[in-house]
Amino acid sequence: MASKTIRVDYIARVEGEGALDLHIRDGRVTRAHLKIFEPPRLFEALLRGRDFAEAPDITARICGICPVAYQMSAVHAMENALGVAVTGPLRALRRLLYCGEWIESHTLHAVMLHAPDFLGYPDAIQMAREHGDAVRRALALKKTGNEILRLLGGREIHPVNVRVGGFYRVPSRAEFARLAEELKRARDLAVATVHWVAKFPFPDFERDYEFVALRHPDEYPFNAGRIVSSRGLDIAADDYSSEFEERHVAHSTALQSVLKRRGSYLVGPMARYNINFDRLPADVQALAREARLAATCRNPFRSIVVRTIEVVYACEEALRIIASFEPPEATAVALEPRAGVGHGCTEAPRGMLYHRYEIAADGSIRNARIVPPTSQNQLSIEEDLCEAASRALDLSDDELRDRCEQVIRNYDPCISCSTHFLKLAVHRT
Amino acid sequence: MTERRRPRLAVWKFASCDGCQLSLLDCEDELLAVADAVEIAYFAEVSSTMAKGPYDLSLVEGSITTPHDAERIRRVRRQSKFLVTIGACATAGGIQALRNFADVGEFVAAVYASPQYISTLATSTPISAHVAVDFELHGCPIDKTQLLEVISAFLAGRKPAIGGHSVCIECKLRGNVCVMVQGIPCLGPVTHAGCGALCPSCHRGCYGCFGPMQRPNTAALAVEWQKMGAAPGDIRRVFRTFNAWAEPFRTESESHGE
Repeated sequence: MASKTIRVDYIARVEGEGALDLHIRDGRVTRAHLKIFEPPRLFEALLRGRDFAEAPDITARICGICPVAYQMSAVHAMENALGVAVTGPLRALRRLLYCGEWIESHTLHAVMLHAPDFLGYPDAIQMAREHGDAVRRALALKKTGNEILRLLGGREIHPVNVRVGGFYRVPSRAEFARLAEELKRARDLAVATVHWVAKFPFPDFERDYEFVALRHPDEYPFNAGRIVSSRGLDIAADDYSSEFEERHVAHSTALQSVLKRRGSYLVGPMARYNINFDRLPADVQALAREARLAATCRNPFRSIVVRTIEVVYACEEALRIIASFEPPEATAVALEPRAGVGHGCTEAPRGMLYHRYEIAADGSIRNARIVPPTSQNQLSIEEDLCEAASRALDLSDDELRDRCEQVIRNYDPCISCSTHFLKLAVHRT
Repeated sequence: MTERRRPRLAVWKFASCDGCQLSLLDCEDELLAVADAVEIAYFAEVSSTMAKGPYDLSLVEGSITTPHDAERIRRVRRQSKFLVTIGACATAGGIQALRNFADVGEFVAAVYASPQYISTLATSTPISAHVAVDFELHGCPIDKTQLLEVISAFLAGRKPAIGGHSVCIECKLRGNVCVMVQGIPCLGPVTHAGCGALCPSCHRGCYGCFGPMQRPNTAALAVEWQKMGAAPGDIRRVFRTFNAWAEPFRTESESHGE
């Protein structure tokens, strides 16, 4: 059998610009490359010399879909460098803000971008003609997530109300009470969405991943916890560099983040869920079982179900935070600049996001390092592509291409985020 | 049933964060109505259907930072009856235009282990530096209500009802107490309206994410900032964020030293 190349020049329904090359020779997949042609925006370079207080506003602009994640990793890293901890009501409000982003981002991906793969539509708008209720439900749910971001963040995309040390303004009890009414309705919509996606046809596909996620003694993780893996890794965020590295693989199109000594790993909803199933409330665990998810899920196609489970959790957690809300004494803790190094690791909707900053005595940033979830997942995506394509070689080229795109979308990749991806000349033959 | 030909909409991405095109998806109450009124012919973030041009209206997000994109925007222009830029990247070069004040080679080397593989231009420039633009919508990100107004206006063949006044007017309309008189430096007096005065409403100074208003008096505002204790380096920095390459902000930043 001759060799052939299957190519997708522009992957649709993902955030950012990417392409796929699949090389097949004698019935074997010899290479699968997820190519990134997103133009580099050089954030780590342009952050140098900026004030530490600007980091949450500037890094938010790395990604319009998960700006809260960038703001949260940035504020935690800066507070770590300055030796302050944000606790009590302000800490709880940060979790609430993250709930908003998870609801918004997960619903967007699961229903508007990913579900069409399972049901055979080019997009959610075509899908709405026959699944109008599901699409309208998702839009209402997504709107409630955005309501959290609007009230507490000041705006849905690139919130303005986040600062190192806390917030600029804390909403009133009355404002939160109105939000809670919407969240109660949203929780029901989220449960209905779980049941809807649970019925999708899932390819029989599992791989033995090393899952990596934050783990906290009491909470399902948003902002805090140790970095834990399914194969025994258990470190503080400060030790990130001792266990992870970004490698430039020969002939590869990107820097790939790997676990030293071991290689690829997986971050994101499936990793969080598998590592923290016992941190989910009993009713959410029961809902997961109803949706035919075991406590450990190794089928990346089912990540769509995990996302919807996390949306239910985020609705419930938001309601709990609002129910126990006590206005903080101040909207932010006082900060004094000092020289230091700080690390921050939080759970973006699509996985762990690491920031490290070195700041000078006057508070200016000396250097910055940002490792987004998609560059951590890139090696896993390529391994999934090899495996999934090898099992599907009897499909037509078009079907195989669709399957490969679906494999990529399983990860909800955020390509604009991936500031580390190298751009190589795209070879076309 | 015969159907009137629906106008064809395309959404394009250049160097950007995707936030401005996401604003269209954030129109949760209007999205399905928009999709009825127009044919979404090309919108890669949303649909696998990528129909060929020509297009009646192209919305362009992002700035031009690579030789390939400088060529691609010309193709987009040729296929588009109207071309509207959405957001600070497409309208002013975005935060990535900070490279324009620096040595891009040094920037690339600071980020990438193998700088030789990076193909990038020395500058990040707005779309208007490359092709004719029919309307520029400001904001980092844009305001979704303004986006719906722009789409409606172009499809109806009229001018968008979007003024060029400052954020100060929006603060007055909201009944905010001016943050400047409370000792908080604010870029509102020189910044293009459109956000609804979000930052002053959070008791924070505006940081200029909608870029310069029409005919801003940046020098007068810089004097006020100095009186409030801002150092020259601070003033330079605040004018150099998401709209740093927009002419009035760039010029003002250049008159304040380190």
